Amino acid sequence: MSAIILFLAAIAAIAGWWLSQQRLAAKPWLEEGVIADWREESPSSVPPAKIGLGVFLAVVGSLFALFISAYSMRMNMVDWRALPVPKLLWFNTGVLVTSSIALQWAHMAARRNDTDGVIIGLLAAGASAVIFLVGQLLAWQQLKVAGYFVASNPANSFFYLITAMHGLHLMGGLVALGRTTAKVWRGAKMTQVRLSVELCAIYWHFLLLVWLVLLGLLTGWTDGFVDICRQLLT
Amino acid sequence: MVDIPFDTVAGIPPAEVGEVELYHPKSWWTRYVFSQDAKVIAIQYSITAMAIGMVALVLSWLMRLQLGFPGTFSFIDPNQYLQFITMHGMIMVIYLLTALFLGGFGNYLIPLMVGARDMVFPYVNMLSYWVYLLAVVVLASTFFVPGGPTGAGWTLYPPQAILSGTPGQDWGIVLMLASLILFIIGFTMGGLNYVVTVLQARTRGMTLMRLPLTVWGIFTATVMALLAFPALFVASVMLLLDRLLGTSFFMPTLVEMGQLTKYGGGSPILFQHLFWFFGHPEVYIVALPAFGIISDLISVHARKNIFGYRMMVWAIVAIGALSFVVWAHHMYVSGMNPYFGFFFATTTLIIAIPTAIKVYNWVLTLWRGDIHLTVPMLFALAFIVTFVNGGLTGLFLGNVVVDVPLSDTMFVVAHFHMVMGIAPIMAVFGGIYHWYPKVTGRMLNEALGRFHFWVSFLGAYAIFFPMHYLGLLGMPRRYHDIGETAFIPASAHDLNAFMSVAALIVGFSQLVFLFNLIWSLFKGKEAGGNPWGAASLEWQTPQTPPGHGNWGKELPLVYRWAYDYSVPGATRDFVPQNEPPARLLAQGAHP
Repeated sequence: MSAIILFLAAIAAIAGWWLSQQRLAAKPWLEEGVIADWREESPSSVPPAKIGLGVFLAVVGSLFALFISAYSMRMNMVDWRALPVPKLLWFNTGVLVTSSIALQWAHMAARRNDTDGVIIGLLAAGASAVIFLVGQLLAWQQLKVAGYFVASNPANSFFYLITAMHGLHLMGGLVALGRTTAKVWRGAKMTQVRLSVELCAIYWHFLLLVWLVLLGLLTGWTDGFVDICRQLLT
Repeated sequence: MVDIPFDTVAGIPPAEVGEVELYHPKSWWTRYVFSQDAKVIAIQYSITAMAIGMVALVLSWLMRLQLGFPGTFSFIDPNQYLQFITMHGMIMVIYLLTALFLGGFGNYLIPLMVGARDMVFPYVNMLSYWVYLLAVVVLASTFFVPGGPTGAGWTLYPPQAILSGTPGQDWGIVLMLASLILFIIGFTMGGLNYVVTVLQARTRGMTLMRLPLTVWGIFTATVMALLAFPALFVASVMLLLDRLLGTSFFMPTLVEMGQLTKYGGGSPILFQHLFWFFGHPEVYIVALPAFGIISDLISVHARKNIFGYRMMVWAIVAIGALSFVVWAHHMYVSGMNPYFGFFFATTTLIIAIPTAIKVYNWVLTLWRGDIHLTVPMLFALAFIVTFVNGGLTGLFLGNVVVDVPLSDTMFVVAHFHMVMGIAPIMAVFGGIYHWYPKVTGRMLNEALGRFHFWVSFLGAYAIFFPMHYLGLLGMPRRYHDIGETAFIPASAHDLNAFMSVAALIVGFSQLVFLFNLIWSLFKGKEAGGNPWGAASLEWQTPQTPPGHGNWGKELPLVYRWAYDYSVPGATRDFVPQNEPPARLLAQGAHP
């Protein structure tokens, strides 16, 4: 359970930092009148949707941290036979990085009010995300042909489960991306879609980060780190 | 008093919200059924939760009938008994209490108490309810599928949860896990709303340290639930795969009915870690909103400011953080490393400190207060007594050496029913009697309320107080029939019969409550806007029940905390949060 504990410690640190800005030592029973609120002080107050996405990313992060926890607890049992990682995953990773870059580009284009750039960025990001998902399915196919079925070894089960979870989250993101693209396509003003594009970009970067961590775990690169974490707890 | 310079007041424009930002229902369907108004969603959540809760109540009757009069009711066989236990536990903990506190009270009170027009994402909020309803329907459907609901116990421990000896192995367990996954998805949608609304939609002047403790409790509980429910999600998905695809995440190599199963090498302990990583925060997800509600009820009905507001807030946050590092105290007998047991016993006992601070502060709020023994106040006092009671037996069970012999006895059942069954339900009832006038504009009937309170309170003690004693005798939990057992005297069976009769009476008294809810809706005394003389914002709405958008043209401006009761020199014994200080009134400000 060390991965989730580390993750929650990070969340707690962020929450603690935020709380420390909130005058928690105030004595409300002595303070009458209007207190200048921090949200009025700052001109660029963060839109609720962005905060909402941040909270959602914390939830998704804790979900994957729990999968990683379960993975690292299960992998040191005797029946664990690590499966060969298909070469295709490296290609897929490259495609996902491209997708993220394209969205970042769309985000920057939206800030410049460059509608064409936004559309190109969004379409490129969506297309490469779809290619990534197809690539993941092909990787499953290759493993199946090679005889690595979902139930034949816990390493296989975890591989399929974790990649499926990541893929499902990306598919959810594609829905939001599709809606944003449709809005831009229909000629919505840049000021109306700027936030949506930015939120998509944040979500994409987050899923890329999650994927890189998962890839490290699945290929065994992070085994040394996992061992250190495990020793921390024992 | 320290004066905050309010020269800035004139510089703050009135917070008018443009009409376009508000959701407008266009038809009967979107107004009452597919509504995006948090108040309607709250009522939908509450009704659904109470309806499925009634099912769980009937299940508890059936269990008590079997325990009190073994052999008399031939229609309850051992398999059914296990199914009743499982469904009763799961419904009460998740589908009733979690949904009612966060979906019901949270949706109704958060926007009103922080001075917002609605939740920040109304559409997602509506989806949250419909996904929850779907989860409830899937759960209820397990009563009608072949094999019936799962009988794995509410903890659903593998390997037994998915082996053929357990009732509901075909459909019950699959639908149960599917329902939990749906519930978590629905809850996450709602939870995002509650958190972001508290963070971003507070009205001007409503700093975090001016929030009523109810909002603090619900807010912290929601944050915890958002981070803890993924653990149940992961555990459910993996167990579902073990059951459906034959993977071995949790299933060890084992022989079933003389046959070697296809499973091999999985770790049942892993499931326990994941389950309790959710399961322990869940206790506080239910308790923290109750803490908050009780703090507000006591302050209003004792006409006194809450004692130690800052400490109350800090204690809520501390309990929320600590509750993530105590999960393995549910696993002392699971065979894990004994050093873990020592660590988790320590953290468990540390939680007693912030919890005790809260209890002291409630008692000190009551001290020399002008206590009105209204029905909400009675329930609030009952909560404190019951929570202390359950908390003290928690200290027993938190210690490894005491827990090991008491584990899986009725003592554990008595403990958790006191601390997270009776106590939160007392808070729910107190909250409903308190806020019903705001929701409907009418008071609940006082006499029926008192009858409901005394029967429920004394009856609950008649059920669960003797249960501690049965547990100390060694009477095991989850047994369909104890039979002739040398160490259990005949008198214990008489006690069981007594408890069962009490349970039936308490159950029936809830019908009085339901009758009261419906009857008062039409015939109750007109309440007016603020029948209790409460200071927090939800009682200051221009209309009762609050209209669409909650407030008039302008959002309220908050000048003080929510607990200005019996202020010396004030004209009334309470000062609403949005009432300007006297000097500002003289300058022409208006509330």
